[in-house]
Amino acid sequence: MGDEDRPLLNIKELKKSFGDNLVLDGISFSLDTGQNKVIIGPSGTGKSTVLNCVNRLVVPDGGEIWLEDTEIVSCDNINEVRQEIGYVFQGFGLFHHLTALKNVMLGLTRVKKVPKKEAKEKAIAKLERVGLLDVLESYPAQLSGGQKQRVAIARALAMEPKLMLFDEPTSALDPELIGEVLNVMRKLAEEGMTMLVVTHEMGFARAVSDEIIFMEKGRIVEKSSPEKMFEQPENPRTREFLFKLDELYGKGGE
Amino acid sequence: MLEFLTEFMIIDIFVSNFGRLMSGLRFTLTLTFVVMFFGTIFGVLLALGRSYGIKPISWVCTAYIELIRGTPMLAQLFILYFALPAYGIRFSAVTVAYLGFTINCAAYQAEYTRGSLESVGADQYKSAYSLGMKRWQTILFVVLPQAIRWSIPAWTNEFIYILKYTSLAYIIGAPDLMTQGKFIASRNYQFFRVYFIAAIIYLVIVLISTWIIDKIEAKFKIPGFG
Amino acid sequence: MILLSARIELIRRSLPALLGGTVITIQLTVLILLFGVFFGLLFAFGQVYGNKPIRWFVNGYEKVFRSIPELVLLLLVFYGPPSLGIRISPFNAAVLGLGLRATAYMSQIFRGTFKSVGSDQITAAYSLGMGKYKTFLFVILPQAFRVFIPPFANEYAIILKDTSLAYALGVAELLRQGQYIIAVAYDPLSIFLAIAAIYFVLTFGVTRLLKILENKLKIPGIGVEIG
Ligand SMILES: Nc1ncnc2c1ncn2[C@@H]1O[C@H](COP(=O)(O)OP(=O)(O)OP(=O)(O)O)[C@@H](O)[C@H]1O
Ligand SMILES: [Mg+2]
Repeated sequence: MGDEDRPLLNIKELKKSFGDNLVLDGISFSLDTGQNKVIIGPSGTGKSTVLNCVNRLVVPDGGEIWLEDTEIVSCDNINEVRQEIGYVFQGFGLFHHLTALKNVMLGLTRVKKVPKKEAKEKAIAKLERVGLLDVLESYPAQLSGGQKQRVAIARALAMEPKLMLFDEPTSALDPELIGEVLNVMRKLAEEGMTMLVVTHEMGFARAVSDEIIFMEKGRIVEKSSPEKMFEQPENPRTREFLFKLDELYGKGGE
Repeated sequence: MLEFLTEFMIIDIFVSNFGRLMSGLRFTLTLTFVVMFFGTIFGVLLALGRSYGIKPISWVCTAYIELIRGTPMLAQLFILYFALPAYGIRFSAVTVAYLGFTINCAAYQAEYTRGSLESVGADQYKSAYSLGMKRWQTILFVVLPQAIRWSIPAWTNEFIYILKYTSLAYIIGAPDLMTQGKFIASRNYQFFRVYFIAAIIYLVIVLISTWIIDKIEAKFKIPGFG
Repeated sequence: MILLSARIELIRRSLPALLGGTVITIQLTVLILLFGVFFGLLFAFGQVYGNKPIRWFVNGYEKVFRSIPELVLLLLVFYGPPSLGIRISPFNAAVLGLGLRATAYMSQIFRGTFKSVGSDQITAAYSLGMGKYKTFLFVILPQAFRVFIPPFANEYAIILKDTSLAYALGVAELLRQGQYIIAVAYDPLSIFLAIAAIYFVLTFGVTRLLKILENKLKIPGIGVEIG
């Protein structure tokens, strides 16, 4: 407490193997309050694993993860820590049996024990924030991919997290739906939310992030500001990867 | 058709034994509903025990489910009705019917529920955990409600199955529709005609039940489930 | 209380009689299965390829014979023919009664199996110049066979257990053999547990074997389960 210089999230020497497969080989970086960082890197590099470790959905083999003054790897109140961290992932993970509104309310009523009426008001406010007032009573199966992902974002926001994790939130979406999700994320960033985002949407990375982290084979190859990363990447591997991304997704500038 | 029915005294027999037949039917239906109610509750608990319980609990639930599903219902009724009295445990035929069918129904319901529990995807757990839900909260508020919805078609089949199999009460003599039929037939010696009437009654009840169940299912259908 | 050694001795001595009952149970099961597969296949064909009245008949048949309790069917078949002056043995009545029921379920299983082969594959076969017959034999059947195994295994287990209802007609199948023994040696629990064990081996064992067969024949992409 009171330590103004302490980062919100501080990851130190994170290590993880699945069997013989060394997936994270000493990952360190930190995030200050209000900062936005984007992780990029080839498939299978361990990007999702980093986010899963932050939420302790995957238990690291070594290293430390600090959320303010709580060490996540060793803490004994993980369910409380998870409430402080919103997590949005590629497959949406909406609860199929609940309407959009109830999806957002569930964490409030069951985890935070907020009274129903208050939870409902709060959920509606969050859904309004992501522009979904018109689908409150729709079930996930009735929503478009973009709408689903925005419900997922509202659901995470409802818990009033200090930090939001996004794992390729737009890669399951049809191209014409990507924009609506990125806009919501951009607005969030502007409002000061601290965000750690795995994405290959370079336009978003360039416009919103404070730093881009390039990971490969469980290591951080390079991290720098978006300008530097795009204009003059230091490592030849970074250059190669960005070149490939350009081919796939088009140039990152807007 | 009408001629056939009158000529063979079917309508006569039906009318003159109406009260007895209806009392049998009432027993059959009550038995079915009570058995389904408790069978479903125990079935869900067994499925939860099997899928999420600690090893010994999971093992016991599995053994129960497989043993009951692997043996005939009639054998189970006989054990309750004929074997337990040798140990001083004596149940009436009615109790055996309620108990035996519930024991049997629970095992099948458990199997259906387990299948549904296992079909709930990993992303649902991931979402729930990331909101800070505990394991039991995740199972109770996220996984189970979905599993129950997936199980509904199987459960309605089970309802029809139990409705039909309550006729086994005839063999131990609990006063269901068939037992009443046997009583009537043993006095007028019209076994075929009496059982024919019973068959028609079952047919009508099953068809009506299926119709009602379909209506209810359609009404409570959630988009994305089946 | 009966000593464990006495129980084992009783079961050992009863084993020949129980196995005799088991043989009858298996005979019933096999005959009912054959009956059900033969007529079920016929009915399924009628339902898929037949004209309106045939389809209507098959639908009606399935509804009726799936709705009437197995026990009631047995009793109807047992008491019906004699009232018309035809004699039918309890064993044959059991085969016929449960066979009529099995036909209804098998017909549905076959129909579902045929349907599991997508219509675009059938169109593809036609476009290769295959007729209805060749399409069925070379395209539908080889795939359908694999889809058929799980519901067939299920149906087998149901029929096997249902043969115990032949008890009510006096057929000396496994359960009734047990009752005969119990009438002489008063230890019902041991005998019933032995009987339950035999049934369990016959259902669980065979369905496991069919499961293994199913996995052996599995083609990637066919019959993939959810989750
Ligand atoms: N639960 C798990 N069990 C075993 N191996 C796993 C598990 N989760 C991930 N892996 C393996 O860890 C490696 C890294 O996976 P991860 O999902 O973190 O990669 P990623 O960088 O997110 O890739 P992508 O861009 O494809 O999402 C992969 O080889 C993957 O197969
Ligand atoms: Mg990933």
